[in-house]
Amino acid sequence: MNAVDKTGNLSRRGFLHVTALAGGGMLLGARFPLDGARGAFAATADAETALNAFIRLTPNGIATIMAQNPEIGQGVKTMLPMLIAEELDIPWSQVRVEQADFDATKYRGQMAGGSMATPMHYESMRRVGAAARAMLVEAAAKEWKTKPEKCTTEAGAVHFKNKSLSYGELASAAADIEPPSPRTVPLKDAKDFRIIGQEIPGVDNPEIVTGKPLFGIDVTVPGMKYAVFEKCRVHGGKVKSANLDAVKASPGVTDAFVVDSAAQAGSAGPSMFQVAPPNGIAIVGDSWWLINEARSKLEVTWDEGPTASQSTAAFDRRAEELSKQAPEQDLRNDGDAAGALASAAKTLEAAYQYPFLAHAPLEPQNTTAHFHDGGLEMWAPIQTPQFARGDLAKALGIPEDQITIHLTRMGGGFGRRLYWDYMLEAALIARQAGVPVKLVWNREDDTRFDYFRPGGYHYLQGGLDEAGNLTAWRDHFVSFGEGRRFAPSAEMMPNEFPQGFVPNFALQASKMPLGIPTGALRAPTSNAISFVVQSFIDELAAEAGKDPLQFRLDLLDSAPAGTRTAFDPKRMKAVLELVRDKSGWGKADLPEGTAQGVAFHFSHRGYFAEVVQATVSKEGELGVDRIWVAGDVGRQLVNPSNAVNQVQGAALDGLGQALDQEITFDGGRTNESNFHNFKLLRIDQAPPVEVHWVMSDNQPTGLGEPALPPVPPALCNAIFAVTGKRIRSLPISKHDLSWT
Amino acid sequence: MAIAFTLNGKSTTVDAPPEMPLLWVLRDELDLKGTKFGCGRSFCGACTVHVDGEPERSCRMPVSRAEGKEVTTIEGLSEDGAHPVQLAWQEIDVPQCGYCQAGQIMSASALLASNPAPTDDDIDEAMSGNICRCATYSRIRTAIHRAADIAQAPSATSHETATGAGGSEA
Repeated sequence: MNAVDKTGNLSRRGFLHVTALAGGGMLLGARFPLDGARGAFAATADAETALNAFIRLTPNGIATIMAQNPEIGQGVKTMLPMLIAEELDIPWSQVRVEQADFDATKYRGQMAGGSMATPMHYESMRRVGAAARAMLVEAAAKEWKTKPEKCTTEAGAVHFKNKSLSYGELASAAADIEPPSPRTVPLKDAKDFRIIGQEIPGVDNPEIVTGKPLFGIDVTVPGMKYAVFEKCRVHGGKVKSANLDAVKASPGVTDAFVVDSAAQAGSAGPSMFQVAPPNGIAIVGDSWWLINEARSKLEVTWDEGPTASQSTAAFDRRAEELSKQAPEQDLRNDGDAAGALASAAKTLEAAYQYPFLAHAPLEPQNTTAHFHDGGLEMWAPIQTPQFARGDLAKALGIPEDQITIHLTRMGGGFGRRLYWDYMLEAALIARQAGVPVKLVWNREDDTRFDYFRPGGYHYLQGGLDEAGNLTAWRDHFVSFGEGRRFAPSAEMMPNEFPQGFVPNFALQASKMPLGIPTGALRAPTSNAISFVVQSFIDELAAEAGKDPLQFRLDLLDSAPAGTRTAFDPKRMKAVLELVRDKSGWGKADLPEGTAQGVAFHFSHRGYFAEVVQATVSKEGELGVDRIWVAGDVGRQLVNPSNAVNQVQGAALDGLGQALDQEITFDGGRTNESNFHNFKLLRIDQAPPVEVHWVMSDNQPTGLGEPALPPVPPALCNAIFAVTGKRIRSLPISKHDLSWT
Repeated sequence: MAIAFTLNGKSTTVDAPPEMPLLWVLRDELDLKGTKFGCGRSFCGACTVHVDGEPERSCRMPVSRAEGKEVTTIEGLSEDGAHPVQLAWQEIDVPQCGYCQAGQIMSASALLASNPAPTDDDIDEAMSGNICRCATYSRIRTAIHRAADIAQAPSATSHETATGAGGSEA
């Protein structure tokens, strides 16, 4: 790549950078602070030096757009390039998409998590495309000796009167144009969109349906060996001794050794996705299947450590004890909940609980690690490459810029691949083995050694006045953690609904110590809290003798003017009203044994209200007939095909969790191991999911997560409507649903 | 031990332990990465291939059982990705993460080979051994119906759109 290198209109807020390509054409990079970046996201990269997008435009008229974010199935590899292509004004058929490697010097916000891609990039990616278009227009105007304002663009060409030049013809000349300021470059009006809002199929679909190697587990490196890693079944346990010689003599095994990262230089860093130092036995060899078989020959003496005393039954008992004691801490106190409960016309009490859950992405954890030329090269399915690299550098004691991470397509993430424990394992094994290795976990490893969605317990009290209005709400939340700190994803927002909508509100917490790793699962905290809150709201509606959907609408109207609430009640009311109308709520003539339940939840900036229709036989057999979803994620769906797919998948994910999923522990060990005892939803359990949208005039936001949380409570509320039985603990499969 | 079978239409001989599952022979000995490892216990169907035309979970099938048989993987389902199921999968935009889809497509193509016009119930029965963790099940059903149409009338125009922008999808 040569010579001409221009940097346009420096502004404090961002700039563009153009380079002429040696073979003709232009390469445009851009760096911007990201829209909506905040908190941990804003703190992780240097906004003033990072380039966050690239367009490569070649004389054949093809625009190659780098997809910068990790693809976990959320559709971002298609969506972000759509934003650039729209403003570039080039037909999608002339766009090629390439996956970028992780590169903190070029890109920003290379992360899959928090449904953040749309809010972070919706505007900035469009500005990159618009700036490139402006440069092509200016190059054409120069050629024609006219003003850029007199030129138009359409379908990858610039037009002026009866003349036109294709982008391919202009690409080299455009490389000499000073890039405009991205902050002032005009963007299209939404009515002129040709790509945004179209149903664009996933860019990797042709490779997926023909079985091309796309995923981390498909990576092959010359000279590579396979590795497996046997860990103590008790979380946090360590190797004392093992019969390594016997294992080394097994077929296909070339090496076996203890990995104890406490003995390595450095230590795991303080990132928000911190992982524990690996400890276990690595087996390395020429065939993954053979070395995995060799694990059965291992005889290991483990130091099981303190977590061996922890179990699900002990957590249940301790939570019950804590519920009877004064809470450790107040998270929020509005009004006087105790007083209001004492004077309420009617009160209700209920204890709710939900289990630990695994992520169970279908592609087991894996990483290929290769130390060479003084550095470490990795191929990894990872949602958080920037966190991983920083922490890996510390843990391995090597400079961060000596670690290269190639981003592979991921066979699902759901939050599991926010944590990079398997990358550290692969790096430690490769370093000790002295060869490139591909570490692949088996399904049992993946199920047992997760960063689980934590379970939790809620001891609730609610009060109603004579008119059936909610006057008091108290939740004693028994969770996990120590001191003031909750275990990861075991916390609760102090402004969780119905805070702000009830005059007397108390949210209090107590905690139990936990040696089992926990972390974010799709719609973290919301995926559990929604079940509790929206189920208890339903109980209160029934106690008040009101329709459960109308009770919710009334409650959303009840915040006094000027109250600061966690979300906009008007937007939530709009989705509730839409799902009421679409589902035929209260009007449908349903047979005996069939009923609808409703719930709503706000998370990840998205507003979702959902109705589940379920049928329960008198013998207690449950069938889910249909799910209606109404969502509001702002004024624009970038890719409606993927939007609907995400929402349907999230709703069915919530259904699978509610029906039959739990992770339990005995003696500090995970009991579940594979899909026979950690049951994912199957096609014959999957009802149709109808998706409807409220197109409100708000910034577009993400869709990977927010459709999930309302499903478990809406289903449980439907079950109540049929059977009169309240489901106060998940999964539903543990309950007898028979009725008369 | 040398084991000979026909793989995607070509005679193939591999030297592998006879009890090694076909999955690992395909992936690691023959470098065909399209067939996926999900659970290793035939619970999830990600490893589905055709053996003499029947869907088989290759993670539990010892390679010795392939001796003399015809094995077809996702790479050999069609020469150019133009099998009706592959076309329908793209048209309906089924995949999310895509990891299970090779197995889904192999199960779906085996279903259509024996039942050219399956009902939703037929689909649910034939496909219930294939887990999609992203739960693209609605589109899998739609795509199988669409593939049936393509197979019967290759020039047939598209079904009503599966994804209705701004509207609903059931």
